[in-house]
Amino acid sequence: MAAPQGSDRQKARLSSGVIPYAEMGFYDADYQPKDTDILAAFRVTPQPGVAAEEACAAVAGESSSGTWTVVWTDRLTDYPTYQAKSYRVEPVPGSDPPQYIGYIAYDLELFEEGSIANLSSSIIGNVFGFKALQALRLEDMRIPPAYVKTFQGPAHGIVMEREYLNKYGRPLLGATVKPKLGLSARNYGRVVYEALRGGLDFTKDDENTNSQQFMRWRDRYLHCMEGVNRAMAETGEIKGHYLNVTAGTMEEMYERAEFAKELGSIIIMIDLTIGYTAMQSMARWARGNGVILHLHRAGHSTYTRQKNHGVNFRVIAKWARLMGVDHIHAGTVVGKLEGDPGMVKGYYSACRDNVNATDPALGFYFDQDWAWMPGLFPVASGGIHAGQMHQLLDYLGDDCILQFGGGTIGHPMGIAAGATANRVALETIIQARNEGRDYVKEGPAILKKAAQKCVPLQAALDTWGDITFEYQSTDTPDVVATPTRVG
Amino acid sequence: MRITQGTFSYLDDLTDTQITAQAQYGIDRGWAPQVEFADDPHPRNVYWEMWGLPMFDLQDAAAVVGEVNRCREAYPNHYIRLTLYDASRGRQTTALQFIVNRPAHEPGFRLDRQETHDRVIRYTLHSYAADAPHGSRYNGQGPSVP
Repeated sequence: MAAPQGSDRQKARLSSGVIPYAEMGFYDADYQPKDTDILAAFRVTPQPGVAAEEACAAVAGESSSGTWTVVWTDRLTDYPTYQAKSYRVEPVPGSDPPQYIGYIAYDLELFEEGSIANLSSSIIGNVFGFKALQALRLEDMRIPPAYVKTFQGPAHGIVMEREYLNKYGRPLLGATVKPKLGLSARNYGRVVYEALRGGLDFTKDDENTNSQQFMRWRDRYLHCMEGVNRAMAETGEIKGHYLNVTAGTMEEMYERAEFAKELGSIIIMIDLTIGYTAMQSMARWARGNGVILHLHRAGHSTYTRQKNHGVNFRVIAKWARLMGVDHIHAGTVVGKLEGDPGMVKGYYSACRDNVNATDPALGFYFDQDWAWMPGLFPVASGGIHAGQMHQLLDYLGDDCILQFGGGTIGHPMGIAAGATANRVALETIIQARNEGRDYVKEGPAILKKAAQKCVPLQAALDTWGDITFEYQSTDTPDVVATPTRVG
Repeated sequence: MRITQGTFSYLDDLTDTQITAQAQYGIDRGWAPQVEFADDPHPRNVYWEMWGLPMFDLQDAAAVVGEVNRCREAYPNHYIRLTLYDASRGRQTTALQFIVNRPAHEPGFRLDRQETHDRVIRYTLHSYAADAPHGSRYNGQGPSVP
């Protein structure tokens, strides 16, 4: 197992800071992954002169038991068990500088049960700054059922949430209160009330709506719940406002969550920025207290967006399902934020389906079996409006939450009218689809006809009907020759 | 007021033809239709009365509308909804649900506020329909629940 001493090859690698991980057993083309192994697919861009197999072996080494030199204490362990194995290296067609997909297998024994902190510290803890690599991206993971079952999973899940809300057969509708900074608690609650009574199911704090000088959290909660309950009385429907409990310490988050519960809020919210362990703690709290848990993926684009470096969002989506949140923002395809249609479809599938089959067009490098762990709601938010309803339903399906912030609050006739326009558009498209019509092709005509009987919808179509966000996606599947465009 | 529970409450009331189309959509996916009725539409009144059992294995949606109309004859002033139930693994829950009949007058809800400590308010949704005894609501129209 020890590296050969003194060869020119080794010296060359040592000079660039690399020891021959491949020769230390971190590369094994004959390795057959076990059903219980955790598998990872990395997009590896080696430094010039570093062989692909060596670079992938280095990733395996640095994300498992390896270090930069041989230590005698390895001999006190059953070392090969703890070595990750790079078992397949595939060049990415057309990549320049050359990229490779490195497949790495990790024995389940390397990981603590039910801990995303441990999983992520292992898989992405050290290796991303490794000098031998120009860039590195974790594209996908296969979490074996044996490990899936050590996690809580969504505090409620899609089925329980629908039964709790008594809402079926259509996406849920939401809106983020705007402007997200500066409103007093009383004004803020007004937006909540208007949007919910107009026809939305949820309103939402934004990621940075926490507890600033202009509106402290407790005052916001009190006014939001007045709005929620008034809207329930006006409609006879169950409504909710995602009260963001994100704070500087766990103690403050628990305090806010407890208060939200005391006020009868059916849902609270956290930001991705609080960290994996805090999210798991809040998921546990949400399960124990019967409160739905919404996760805003604040900050994710710092590491998910660039194709050559970081962590693909599908991995974060899989971790979120394990951690146990009930909602996660996962892209809109047609809205203002990044998202290739195939990639976004993959994220939604990772959130909702029991099996994700290997599919390069969706970005799945492995077969993922969720062992019937409940799904969570993917949330589409950012730059979407009623005129896109047919496209949204086509791309995103029924089990999602469509959030129209500007598309509700910016309505020329007012917030409630904006909400009504969205709800009428949604129900119209659902009805048309279920009746077997070609709702995607006929969508604009179907909405136009519905607008004849609904003035708010007409106003929404007049205001936003032509707005699209057509930019080339920065993260496209390798298999698609030409970037997919939306619309 | 108009209670907006169910999937199509923001549209005009569905015609029998439209109800049939929705029912057929569900049947084609293996969902079981079920007609339910209630005189208290409180959003947390989960268990509406069952008009018979779920119509498992039904192929033709025309029979669903037949049951809806029989229920309407018996309870013209009740809320009636059609539920399509998906028993497949991983779902095992309602897949689609919408209201197919409403009382002529929908009295709606009153919001009761109990002021407690530190500005905390406990909210209770009070269904006006429940002011009258079960079976004699909506001016006593319609027979009592069997």
